[in-house]
Amino acid sequence: MNANIEPTDFVFDAAAEAAVAKAIARYPAGKQASAVMALLDIAQRQMERLTGTAWVPRLAMDVVAQRLGIAPARVYEIATFYTMYNTKPVGKYHLQVCTTTPCWLRGSDEVVSSCKKVTGIEGFGQTSEDGLFTMTEVECLGGCVNAPILQINDDYYEDLDAARTEALLNELKSGAPLPPAGSSIGRQASAPVTNQTALLNNTKPVE
Amino acid sequence: MLNDADRIYQNLYGQQDWHLSGARARGDWNATADILARGRDAIIEEVKASGLRGRGGAGFPTGMKWSFMPKQSDGRPSYLVVNADESEPGTCKDRDIIRHEPHKLIEGSLIAGFAMGAHTAFIYIRGEYYNEAARLQAAIEEAYAAGLLGKNAAGSGWDFDLVLHRGAGAYICGEESALLESLEGKKGMPRMKPPFPAAMGLYGCPTTVNNVESIAGVPTILRRGAAWFSALGRPKNAGTKIFCISGHVNRPCNVEEELGTPLKDLIEKHAGGVRGGWDNLQAVIPGGASMPILNKEMCETQLMDFDSLAAVRSGLGSGAIIVMDKSADVVKAIWRLSKFFKHESCGQCTPCREGTGWMMRMMDRIVQGKASMADIALMEQVTTQVAGHTICAFGDAAAWPIQGLMRAFRPLVEQRATDYKPAQPLAQAAE
Repeated sequence: MNANIEPTDFVFDAAAEAAVAKAIARYPAGKQASAVMALLDIAQRQMERLTGTAWVPRLAMDVVAQRLGIAPARVYEIATFYTMYNTKPVGKYHLQVCTTTPCWLRGSDEVVSSCKKVTGIEGFGQTSEDGLFTMTEVECLGGCVNAPILQINDDYYEDLDAARTEALLNELKSGAPLPPAGSSIGRQASAPVTNQTALLNNTKPVE
Repeated sequence: MLNDADRIYQNLYGQQDWHLSGARARGDWNATADILARGRDAIIEEVKASGLRGRGGAGFPTGMKWSFMPKQSDGRPSYLVVNADESEPGTCKDRDIIRHEPHKLIEGSLIAGFAMGAHTAFIYIRGEYYNEAARLQAAIEEAYAAGLLGKNAAGSGWDFDLVLHRGAGAYICGEESALLESLEGKKGMPRMKPPFPAAMGLYGCPTTVNNVESIAGVPTILRRGAAWFSALGRPKNAGTKIFCISGHVNRPCNVEEELGTPLKDLIEKHAGGVRGGWDNLQAVIPGGASMPILNKEMCETQLMDFDSLAAVRSGLGSGAIIVMDKSADVVKAIWRLSKFFKHESCGQCTPCREGTGWMMRMMDRIVQGKASMADIALMEQVTTQVAGHTICAFGDAAAWPIQGLMRAFRPLVEQRATDYKPAQPLAQAAE
């Protein structure tokens, strides 16, 4: 947590407050600490909305602690234990490359190379010079029959190879919005790419 | 091959409508109140009779697990917690249930919750499944709007609330007591047992944690009957299971099949075969990252169920089949799993926190050809010092892939060591 990048102030805005109230109401009375994960996520999304980079400054952790009536240290613990809270700013597009064995067997090394090539990033944890991309190595994303997978912000891009990864990132670089999530080769979810063997009635279009 | 009519998940691939209307057309929520009217004991007996074993990995009988919950409350509420923290490398089955059959999971939660005396259930979904969580939340809201959840859920007279809780990236939260810690707003560090969750779980109250696939299958089992379910599969390994076939196959896919289906059939019939043909097969990890690897010879006749895989000192785990052809460096594949376990160790127990790093670094040296025969022996010895010496089963899960590699591929591993002469004494080998 670098003091230079810490904002001087953090308050939940109106949209975040509505989400915070909803999150706390989900748990039994007196168990509001259960909402700590949700509140950190809400803070991170507010930062993304307002500053273009999704991360949780320490001041936001303090606000979360105060709101839930728990020690700030406990919130810091949570924010650093779980990998999805960014404790420093990331690029507009957070490239989360899965390199665990099922993705690796299907070519995640190529996906990593393509990310480096297009963004100019040299290694994991780095952000491109234009601030557009941060590349992070992540562990199994749980979409293994659609490997390799690149998660960008909230979305999974599946069945990738070098060329399709490059095309995807070049589009983002040129200013296009994120395309729809899912298979990059038009597969129907986890079904085999052709020759479906199960649920054959389903292959007819739904009325 | 399993008949389509006997598949529980008729919309596994999302080719039909996931909404309540589509779910009803598939039979979900049909006379749910009548199922609850059978009573707690009858439901538990039926689930026991079906032979359903937990689909998360351990294979514990689901009905028996439910029966551990107190029959009479001592004033504390009971909770059902559904484990949707699907993170075992190779596994992506719960994802399909959540995004394509969310109402099976919701209805199953109501029935299971009722059977264990719980008026509230939490579904803990991994944080990365953002779109899946949004889908499930939308389905939960549909169910509330239709009176299927909330007061007098589905007209059953039972009040039932269902809460979705998103994780934030920690494999260990798939371990049930770590999941409960996380749900309480803490770091996901496993608890000592006893007390077991059925006595003291979430918020110190009686709790049962079940996998998504275990819960989502329950409504169909109760509608079609225990006899239907137990007739599928093999003795003591009843019913169907979603298998996730990934890696070096021509057409990776998820498919629901009977337990006890031959591994070769799953790969050849459903996944389009091994790349380059069956003879190009080198190895299979049959049940997700923790389960010991099989060599080709072991794969020839292997049946895919709990007991058949335990008999070869591996396991069905989550039903994730990771296939490697002859082009794969299996030692590197296992090293990557060691790296996974090192990254995901919660750090609570010393043997695991330190041992996963040792194992990863020693595997790395073997991959690089910089390990001696003595190093390999030392690494094997380290695995025995981790497994069985930790609060939760994570330590075992981290040791098993390496131990499995040594059982199935010892000559291949040792070949890398025979030419190597260590430049430094062994004392520094595991630094």
